[in-house]
Amino acid sequence: MQALDGNAIAGDLHEVFGTDMTMTAGTCAHCGATMLIAELVVYTRAPGAVGRCRSCGGVLMVLVAIHDTVRLDHQSFRLLDPP
Amino acid sequence: MARAALPGRLKWLQGSVVEVIDETQRTKSIVLELPGWPGHRAGQHVDVRLTAEDGYQAQRSYSIASAPEDGYLVLTVEELDDGEVSPYLAGELRAGDELELRGPIGGYFVWEQSLGGPLLLIAGGSGIVPLRAILRHRAATDGTVPVRLLYSSRSLDEVIYHAELTRLGTDDGVDISFTLTRDWPQDWQGHRGRIDRRLLEEIAWPPDQQPLVYVCGPSGLVEATANTLVQIGHPPGRVKTERFGPTGT
Repeated sequence: MQALDGNAIAGDLHEVFGTDMTMTAGTCAHCGATMLIAELVVYTRAPGAVGRCRSCGGVLMVLVAIHDTVRLDHQSFRLLDPP
Repeated sequence: MARAALPGRLKWLQGSVVEVIDETQRTKSIVLELPGWPGHRAGQHVDVRLTAEDGYQAQRSYSIASAPEDGYLVLTVEELDDGEVSPYLAGELRAGDELELRGPIGGYFVWEQSLGGPLLLIAGGSGIVPLRAILRHRAATDGTVPVRLLYSSRSLDEVIYHAELTRLGTDDGVDISFTLTRDWPQDWQGHRGRIDRRLLEEIAWPPDQQPLVYVCGPSGLVEATANTLVQIGHPPGRVKTERFGPTGT
């Protein structure tokens, strides 16, 4: 399956956080690597979208949008640090 | 009960199609009039939402092809064989039709004059779309930042904006290079073959000039190009990437 990046889920994340999140730095709770949300490895063809760490491949966020409701699980980030 | 609007929340807007322009056999530009559009920065995208009669909705992201200074918002859409949204946008949509979208989205894959340069833009297939917005923005604001574009397509008839890019390439400080990977005319003067280290070393600004790099296209091309640029010595933080779904390069 083809991997995209965090730009592909920027609209739904903006919806959840009320601001653009692509320039926010996230720290992976699995390996400690820090990357911008735009740089996540994102698979959009799962039931929902899955964002993985570009360094270790660990799952960092899962996002599901149904009609006007977006559910987001991002607990595998140790830290989210806006620009 | 009405839901309170969150600060900065994106609104779904209703646009109307002013014109549909054939760019290539599989690619169309959709020119939109969009009341309430807050304006955008070059490189940003929108989410387009289609709603079927039974309420089923499909949503996709498309890069904005127009500069912030252009009068209309333009999306350039490539029709994908197994696409759910693009066949409608590139095949069915006509002037006068309505289209629902939200944006502008993204702040990472964005360029404006204050970010400086020199600029190195690298595109595969329809990955040219946000880079065209950047080039148009640079031209519209009388920019003097030197820019080099390397654009990979399968064949000459799949090159999007060929005439416009060729014309922009005559501007001061703008250097446009095409590479064709599958077919080329006998008298083709451009490059042949996929973007590789040799081609990047020939065209890219050397790392000591600290170019700001934007790479956009299908995942394979973006991955390979970004990795090669880092191997050549460009700092990863100066190489911005945006990956598309399937498209021809």
